[in-house]
Amino acid sequence: MQDNQKPTVSSTAALQREVAELMIECLNLEVTADQITPDAPLYGDGLGLDSIDVLEAALEVSKRYGLQLRSDSEDNKHIFSSLRSLSDYIAAQRTR
Amino acid sequence: MPSLPLVSHVSPDSIIAWRADGAVTLRQFLTEVSQLVALFPAGSHLLNMCSDRYRFSVGLAAAIVAGKVSLLPSTPTPEVVRQIKVFAPDVFCLTDSVLCTMDLPQLRYPVMGVSQADAFAIPQIDSKQRIAVVFTSGSAGSPQPHPKTWGALVSCVQAEALRLGLLHNTPCTIIGTVPPQHMYGFESTVLMAWHSGSALSHAQPFYPADICQALAAVPMPRMLVSSPVHLRAWLDAGLALPEITRVLCATAPLSAQLAQDIEARCHAPLMEIYGSTETGQIATRRPTQTAEWQLLPGIKLIVEGDCVRACGGHIETLIAMNDMIEPVTDEHFLLHGRIADLVNIAGKRHSLASLNHLLNTIPGVVDGVFYMPDETGDDHITRLAACVVAPGMDAPHLLAALRQHIDPVFLPRPLLFVDALPRNRTGKLPRAVLQALFQTRSARKSA
Repeated sequence: MQDNQKPTVSSTAALQREVAELMIECLNLEVTADQITPDAPLYGDGLGLDSIDVLEAALEVSKRYGLQLRSDSEDNKHIFSSLRSLSDYIAAQRTR
Repeated sequence: MPSLPLVSHVSPDSIIAWRADGAVTLRQFLTEVSQLVALFPAGSHLLNMCSDRYRFSVGLAAAIVAGKVSLLPSTPTPEVVRQIKVFAPDVFCLTDSVLCTMDLPQLRYPVMGVSQADAFAIPQIDSKQRIAVVFTSGSAGSPQPHPKTWGALVSCVQAEALRLGLLHNTPCTIIGTVPPQHMYGFESTVLMAWHSGSALSHAQPFYPADICQALAAVPMPRMLVSSPVHLRAWLDAGLALPEITRVLCATAPLSAQLAQDIEARCHAPLMEIYGSTETGQIATRRPTQTAEWQLLPGIKLIVEGDCVRACGGHIETLIAMNDMIEPVTDEHFLLHGRIADLVNIAGKRHSLASLNHLLNTIPGVVDGVFYMPDETGDDHITRLAACVVAPGMDAPHLLAALRQHIDPVFLPRPLLFVDALPRNRTGKLPRAVLQALFQTRSARKSA
């Protein structure tokens, strides 16, 4: 079932690593997957992503996992707040 | 003194905006404007940070009615906010977010009461009233103020609305993916709605599915105001696109392919807008039909050697353009990219000289230079790179220091640490040498 409620499914470490690698590949980031810790912020002082990166990464995520990202609140940065929150969202919403 | 109405809508029941809970009439809008005016502190300048476009418009209207000036910096980084406090010590911040951490006295956007306004009257605003100050990044690192009068802004968006055919048709609803605080969004999603009898959508859609949802939530006819980055993502997502009447694009030139794809998929004309923070919008074109830009009525370009200046129409003084412009006729011109010192990333503009100056003022940086790789022209954003000599400093610390001063889109990627910059004997850093340096590095990385 697909809805835009907060995900109740937790992601596995394997999925988190896969998502980290997808972002590194798609955004040409200068880190390795091991260096992206699950709870560190992806925005700002963490990995340093900005909204253009998020749009690019969201497109890749949509294609790979067959889902559409939606802003769940006034703060559209929530899904991309950390690798864990992004991976949890994917785990809950993926159709492939 | 000549005055102009706050909005061109006349009937109290005309629709001025769409919120999540439905249409907002002009009467209701003006009631909310009065309620906000009553809450304003004494300061005569405000930073309107409302992310909801409707709330931004109420904040802007209330400021205009109360004779306050809205300050529009390109990005309110902590350093820019410090400089704005120097520019206007009485500045306060109007915000609709509980997460706002801006270091200014804050006025939270209120929950509006249901009380009806007294008498219905559309405010008349003096054309000479300074209603906004827009900032660009100056070459010495401090933001440069560009004051805007009510008369000039209204005249500009009236010309735009006429060119786009908004004045002769059923009022449309404007949906923007660009923020209202940016000059393009300020003019095309807020002021143009006010002065073409149109309505603005409160939404600030971000993901492709959000754009579809925001479009579908309002009636036809509707116009999408966006940028190449958002439009490309929107088309690439492969969604079923809601019906649309026209698409407006600015901030960077679109590739011919994306322009064709947009028109084919949306069955609607795509218009591009050209302008700058200093001049406002000055020209339009329909890129599937011509590469030539057509100036808005009354605007003239004056060529003196390599420098092209714009004047006439809503432009109050002679303003030098920052792009390489080739006039074709009195009314038409071609654009050949920007003048070398300027970088424009996703509609945000910065001078390379000023970025280099900033980089070299960061404690711990001995020498450093930014480098803009050649753009690929496929509607992807090209990022700046930088090369620094900073013994004992690492990338996270340097990036955190830069982030205090500049918008994140200008942060270098890659950031290369070296023992010395490849300066030639005159101390210069030829572009070809920098290009070779970064190419060697990326070849090594992918090897």
